[in-house]
Amino acid sequence: MTPVLQVENLKKHYPVKSGFLRRTTGQVFAVDGVSFSIAPGQTLGLVGESGCGKSTVARAVMRLVAPTSGRVLVEGTDIATLSKAELRPYRRQMQMVFQDPFSSLNPRMSAGDIVAEPLLVHGVAHGDEARARVAALFAQVGLRPAQMGNFPHQFSGGQRQRISIARALALNPRLIVADEPVSALDVSIQAQVINLLMDLQRDQGLAYLFIAHDLAVVEHIAHQVAVMYLGRIVEIADKVTLFRNPTHPYTRALLSAVPVPNPKLKRKKQLLEGDVPSPMRPPPGCPFHTRCPIAVARCSVDVPVLKERDTGHLAACHLADG
Amino acid sequence: MIADPILEVEGLRTVFFTAAGLVRAVEDVSFTLRRGEVLAVVGESGCGKSITALSLMRLVPTPPGRIVAGTVKLAGRDLLAISEAEMRDVRGNAMSMIFQEPMTSLNPVLTIGDQIAETVRLHRKVTRAQAWDRAVEMLRLVRIPEPAQRAREYPHQLSGGMRQRAMIAIALACDPQVLIADEPTTALDVTIQAQILDLILQLQRETGTSVLLITHDLGVVAETAQRVVVMYAGRKIEEATVEDLFEFPLHPYTNGLLGSIPHLAAISGAVAERLQEIPGMVPALSNLPAGCAFAARCARADDKCNDVPPLVELRPDHIVACWHAGATP
Amino acid sequence: MAETYSRELHRAGADATSRLARFRLLLRRYPLGAAGAFILVVFVLAAIFADAITLLDPLKTNAPEKLLRPGGGHWFGSDVMGRDIYSRIIYGARISLAVSLGATAIGSLLGVAIGLASGYLGGNFDLFVQRIMDILQALPLLVLALVTSAALGPSLQNTIIAIAIPMIPASARVIRANTLSLREAAYIEAAQIQGMSEWRIALRHILPNTVAPLIVLATAQLGSAILTEASLSFLGLGVPEPAPSWGRMLSDSAAEYMRTAPWLVIFPGAAISLMVFGTNLLGDALRDILDPRQRG
Repeated sequence: MTPVLQVENLKKHYPVKSGFLRRTTGQVFAVDGVSFSIAPGQTLGLVGESGCGKSTVARAVMRLVAPTSGRVLVEGTDIATLSKAELRPYRRQMQMVFQDPFSSLNPRMSAGDIVAEPLLVHGVAHGDEARARVAALFAQVGLRPAQMGNFPHQFSGGQRQRISIARALALNPRLIVADEPVSALDVSIQAQVINLLMDLQRDQGLAYLFIAHDLAVVEHIAHQVAVMYLGRIVEIADKVTLFRNPTHPYTRALLSAVPVPNPKLKRKKQLLEGDVPSPMRPPPGCPFHTRCPIAVARCSVDVPVLKERDTGHLAACHLADG
Repeated sequence: MIADPILEVEGLRTVFFTAAGLVRAVEDVSFTLRRGEVLAVVGESGCGKSITALSLMRLVPTPPGRIVAGTVKLAGRDLLAISEAEMRDVRGNAMSMIFQEPMTSLNPVLTIGDQIAETVRLHRKVTRAQAWDRAVEMLRLVRIPEPAQRAREYPHQLSGGMRQRAMIAIALACDPQVLIADEPTTALDVTIQAQILDLILQLQRETGTSVLLITHDLGVVAETAQRVVVMYAGRKIEEATVEDLFEFPLHPYTNGLLGSIPHLAAISGAVAERLQEIPGMVPALSNLPAGCAFAARCARADDKCNDVPPLVELRPDHIVACWHAGATP
Repeated sequence: MAETYSRELHRAGADATSRLARFRLLLRRYPLGAAGAFILVVFVLAAIFADAITLLDPLKTNAPEKLLRPGGGHWFGSDVMGRDIYSRIIYGARISLAVSLGATAIGSLLGVAIGLASGYLGGNFDLFVQRIMDILQALPLLVLALVTSAALGPSLQNTIIAIAIPMIPASARVIRANTLSLREAAYIEAAQIQGMSEWRIALRHILPNTVAPLIVLATAQLGSAILTEASLSFLGLGVPEPAPSWGRMLSDSAAEYMRTAPWLVIFPGAAISLMVFGTNLLGDALRDILDPRQRG
């Protein structure tokens, strides 16, 4: 099956300007060669710590930022280089849900108008037809259609996220990019939104690019998982393989660091030393070698490439070559 | 009687006078922190856990807030009865606190070393040089590499994890009996969170400080605390040892919370199934229903729940405020 | 259908009562703002119904009745040419309001357009526009208005233009700053993702969210426009004779008659002060009301 989204060697570098003349004095390597694909009806979880570039991947895929290089294929067309006008039809295929339920809705528009807007902008429906469609979307995401006239501040965080999801669903997209959609929500509300997203996927065959820092949430919702570190994917595999048989030392450390709500489980934690290096000056060789518990001399010289360990299981580590 | 208490909170009640009306942020909360233990207070946003912490330190913004009832006894001395001057001597000395956001809690124009030394000089009769030595020693204690050099740096020169370590160094500089940690790792990445939690536990063992850990993360509770207090809508609804709470959650809210979080199946062995939802949302504290505040979201609720349920000890060391505790829904 | 209609009617009715209640609440919470609004409303009504509330023609000279004290025939007295000062004050409100409202409206409108374009498009356009705004703002309002009105010549329209131009930078700055911060808001990104045109995003998503600070600024500008008009007229560059401008009334009489016929100075001076005072009171209250942090 052709993938809904295929990303090839995506790079996004931001110039760092300083001084009076705003000369470019360096580059932030926010995303530095990322490739993945998402099949219809599947979820790819993209995990990593803050500053690893996972949100930049989402924004580049959505063309909120222009990629520095690389290809973003939607149904075989590279949208990375399309103009705004050429991009419009592809916008209907992919929509986005944001992290902050408070800033992602225009405070001066009613919830109904917010959800109706994509329909109007793309000329899909007008007037009563649009209203009926919005009412159906409200019902679909678990809101009462009677709430269509209410304004965002009259909703709770979880309800706002439902409005955001309804807006994303309005154009019947095939892919939804969800950037930390539940991390701003309370635990009991998180479950409601996660279940909603999973139900929608089951009913409509949606594909998700699900970006999160919470590994437990990703394990719950994703089919495939990619782990990012300093702008690169260091390991990618199907969920079960990645979580049960992690190959990259960073993936292992990340899994070990997650606090598990089970006091009987006495785990020996594998703590990482130090902090993530600055993406402005990524270390030479393997970007992880400065914190890696098993690094050898070679790791600070050669950049490891993503290599297939098993069918569909790729990791970028010299020592996992086996 | 609870063995060897260090901090005894009894009938604490904190309210806020707002435009929306009277907000009962903390309503009749009692608990005891024992010497050398980690007690977690867990709950969702708006449950009153942070206001409880601020009330213990007498740092509730007044107005609009006010502590209207209760006692907070630190080693037998009621902190709510002493003068503000006496309280200032308690803060940062016998009892100190670390916050969620280490950047805003550190003064950006003073070096890390100065800020630790300042706390020391405030509470101890020491010379400048001695205070500085103590600052460097504290930075070494919180495992900051090259402490003598780092002491001369400013907060913006440190990473988020290092800043939280510096905050801990300030908080522990005067050997407090109680450390209140309000969401100390919420703003940090998971690998840094693991470092900081590990550090807090190690220091707690080394110094014998008792820790009151305020958090929303049940995973952090399970891995860090010995006992846990669950709060909902301003009240304590359940208290137990961590093992007992996770194995036998008695309150339907606790039960729902545990069912609503995804467990890392690959590690915990749990089967990834559909997450349990708690319907509805937390009621506004300015408009709480009479009776049990959770009743509107509770599958077990009936007429009895129109009265506030009392806290009862249903299992050894396990108390709960629910008319239908432990019953299957 | 009928059911939805009645429900909507009901909702409209419910809204009206709640709006009335809200209005009453605002009056009670901001008594000074209400006083300011009251002062302005009185002036506006006086300007609109000037014909009805005055008996004498403000322009008609009457030599025998010159320099009369306030009293029976002339409530506020009469001036050197025997014109009724009360009538001139009331008709003067027309000029004062026309100039200040006109200038503020034009200044704000141009400022909004420039600020929105500058903030949203950014880049070199923004850089260029901002430098022009810098130059305009480097000169005091009055000086710039003086130069412009001297260049254009004295007339009502020219006075409005002369006062409007120096007002542009302030509103352009406010709108630009707001646009810049709003451009980063997630709901603007959400709009981009839906494939909306820049125009639609600017007009429908950014502009409505910058209205509150703009209203506050415009009220403040209204006050300074009134003052500037009076100053220009005082210096002989505003609305030309024989139109009854408060500023000109002051300049005609200030030096010579200050001692002998103080009512020539007191009444126009009081009118100017009262109107500026009213706009300032209203402006302060609006700033508090429209501050999002004040909203529940």
